[in-house]
Amino acid sequence: MSTEIRFTDFKADTQPTWCPGCGDFGTMNGMMKALAETGAHPDETFIVAGIGCSGKIGSYMHAYALHGVHGRALPVGTGVKLANPELEVMVAGGDGDGFSIGAGHFVHAVRRNLDMTYIVMDNRIYGLTKGQASPTSRADFETATTPDGPQQPPVNPLALALAAGGTFIAQTFATDAKRHAEIVQAAIEHDGFGFVNVFSPCVTFNDVDTYEYFRGNLVDVADEGHDPTDYDAATSVIMDREQEYQGILWRDDSSVSYHTQHGVTTPMTEIDEGAPEGAMDLVREFY
Amino acid sequence: MFARFDDMPADFNWAVGGEAGDGIDSTGKIFAQALSRAGRHVFTSKDFASRIRGGYTAYKIRTALEPVESVVDRLDVLIALTPRTIEENLDELHPGSIIIYDGERTTMENVTIPEEMLGVDVPLKRLAEDAGGAIMRNVVALGAACAVTGFPIENLDSALDKRFSSKGTVLVENNQEAARAGQQYVDDEYAIDTPEFHLETTDADYVLLNGDQAIGMGAIAAGCRFYAGYPITPATAVMEYLTGRIERFGGHVLQAEDELSAINMALGAARAGARAMTATSGPGIDLMTETFGLVATSETPLVIVDVMRSGPSTGMPTKQEQGDLNTLLYGGHGEVPRFVVAPTTIAEAFWKTVEAFNLAERYQTPVYLVADLAMAVTEQTFPHEVFDMDAVEIDRGRLLDASEVEEWSIDGKFTPHAATDNGVSPRVLPGTPGGVHMSTGLEHDAFGRRTEDTSVRVDQVDKRQRKYDVAGETESLEVRSFGAPEAETLLLSWGSNEGAIVEALELLDEPVRFLSVPYLSPRPDLTAAVEDATQVIVVECNKTGQFADLIEHDTLQRVERINKYDGVRFKADELAAAIADRTQMEVPV
Repeated sequence: MSTEIRFTDFKADTQPTWCPGCGDFGTMNGMMKALAETGAHPDETFIVAGIGCSGKIGSYMHAYALHGVHGRALPVGTGVKLANPELEVMVAGGDGDGFSIGAGHFVHAVRRNLDMTYIVMDNRIYGLTKGQASPTSRADFETATTPDGPQQPPVNPLALALAAGGTFIAQTFATDAKRHAEIVQAAIEHDGFGFVNVFSPCVTFNDVDTYEYFRGNLVDVADEGHDPTDYDAATSVIMDREQEYQGILWRDDSSVSYHTQHGVTTPMTEIDEGAPEGAMDLVREFY
Repeated sequence: MFARFDDMPADFNWAVGGEAGDGIDSTGKIFAQALSRAGRHVFTSKDFASRIRGGYTAYKIRTALEPVESVVDRLDVLIALTPRTIEENLDELHPGSIIIYDGERTTMENVTIPEEMLGVDVPLKRLAEDAGGAIMRNVVALGAACAVTGFPIENLDSALDKRFSSKGTVLVENNQEAARAGQQYVDDEYAIDTPEFHLETTDADYVLLNGDQAIGMGAIAAGCRFYAGYPITPATAVMEYLTGRIERFGGHVLQAEDELSAINMALGAARAGARAMTATSGPGIDLMTETFGLVATSETPLVIVDVMRSGPSTGMPTKQEQGDLNTLLYGGHGEVPRFVVAPTTIAEAFWKTVEAFNLAERYQTPVYLVADLAMAVTEQTFPHEVFDMDAVEIDRGRLLDASEVEEWSIDGKFTPHAATDNGVSPRVLPGTPGGVHMSTGLEHDAFGRRTEDTSVRVDQVDKRQRKYDVAGETESLEVRSFGAPEAETLLLSWGSNEGAIVEALELLDEPVRFLSVPYLSPRPDLTAAVEDATQVIVVECNKTGQFADLIEHDTLQRVERINKYDGVRFKADELAAAIADRTQMEVPV
């Protein structure tokens, strides 16, 4: 591209309807900065979003996008990326979309290891439906549908990703703009499935997992000398449920993306005006 | 239940049967291949109704010099690996039938060959061991079958070569030797004189394939490059066919974690601009239904194949039924104008697959391509010219290049859902400069932006409907016509019943008209044909008559119904008897 792309080029002129102060603003800004930083172009970027407050992100970013059904954003992203590997594919969704209705797809997208990026705006609540428990809500988190709390341990998405053979597992905080953007950028640049779980507080319905809570309780693993390529160290921070972490927790530098493994590198978009050359060989096989 | 016809066409019916695990399928396939290579027409059926208990399996072949398009209730030569194979087929065997078996097999020692039939006792296992291994037992039996039918064994050699050549010449030669041992044994020990079973050969070049393979081949021919699917009987063979072949044409097959994922992957690939497909059976269609609405609302071209099997729920997964029509026409919430195409033969499965991709892109819509188990698993011969790749035409519809984007933009924004005269909007693929837009299952305006504006809502609903209406008016939607056009009795059917009905017509004494309908939505107007007839009978493999309901709805006329829902396809002879019964025709027994 002749002109340099700035992060605002990824911003649509549609005004977000997220609540003022919603974590998703910061999450999205970081995504746009990271995309611009990697040299992506809106014309060659594809955003896939699911359902929920997070699902609206496709409307607010300027790029090709699909806003799909609840929970199936990752399969859509998989299809987009395989059909045209030249597109930068970023899938975005919430904790409900990714770890509840779409949990099955999450595990398999992780192990498939396509070269794409998955951003989860984890606010530990269902905001769009006005405050019910999500799979990452605390066990004692009281909501209208769980008056005594879910009484189940919250899902640990990082551990799910690790168990599924994830090659890039990170966690960020939406308002730590610099760290968030640089970690998303690393996820984009990773040759494989870059998973970033973002603490993206819901200011309207979640009075527990607030900005204040994360500010006071978040440890950046970079400050602790964490080596993200050390599997045992990664396992120990990922399995530690007593502490909230930010940073790249695990990165497998030997990762080979699905595309490379399967030799899917050319866009499938151009086809002949008739049957492809050599199609008659298919008929001959049936002699 | 049904009368029997003795004046069937000059055909020959053969089967091999035994326990699951006896290699029945591959044995049958080899013989079918040999017959095809000998220039004979072949029609196979793999799945007999198991009338007693599970475990029994058989592969049946009907063959003739003329095209054969259905199965009949008759068996001339049977290779029986178990006593039960004989029990299961007693009502199809007849005086003069030949049963080939191995009397040295413990379970077959005391087997009783029914009266007036000829038992040909061949030491299959022993001869196979002499030729190099007991595993070739069934091939010895095929050699014996050549002997009793006077069938030139070189054709079997050729089929064995095709089957085993990838595993080395020694294996091929051992098998050919085993076949000859079986043939020689019968020639030496039995003086068989059955000219009525003599299998003549011709110089014709036929190809032999099943419905799933025809769909897979049609997809590649049509430029399909991406397939995602989840294994399910009887659609899995589509994915198995594509795997290892579509890659040669720059495509890719992905086995998804479930059907929800499969259709969403295919949707993603289609949005990116690839011709994409998924195939499943009824249970998978249920799971895909939510996304079907998204595909339609986002105006994405996609081919979704339903190879129907017996339902509901798990039903009878390896049995025939045409019970999904209503769910394909009406399934899902909200109102979706939808395209449903159901090929009526295996050859048509190829061509309708090509057409389904063209319809999908021409109207930017999902297309249901409907087959059924009977078509999917049947292998049938066709002259290779039937699959003329040079006749395949690709229409990608209103696909714009970068230079045309501006013309379809307002204030620099592209309009992927512009409400045009025919409802079809301009389409650009991701990567096209200036064409950026979002696609969504939310109601949207011309730009793809969410809206709840009342007039925009109405415009967009109307424009999606308009595509369907225009297709109904401008596409040919051709009905396949058989029998006597002036006949008082009109038969209507859809799907794979066509072959059996066409053959049934030949068995009946009086003229009957038959229209086979491959387009179910949008569909041809059959009002005139229905009004012209004094009696209309709709034939289909389900209980309630879903297609018959549709005919009544369209024509405002009551119709009669012949329905079969026991899990077994229609057979020409039983169908002829059923039609004769309805029309008070003489039954030519």
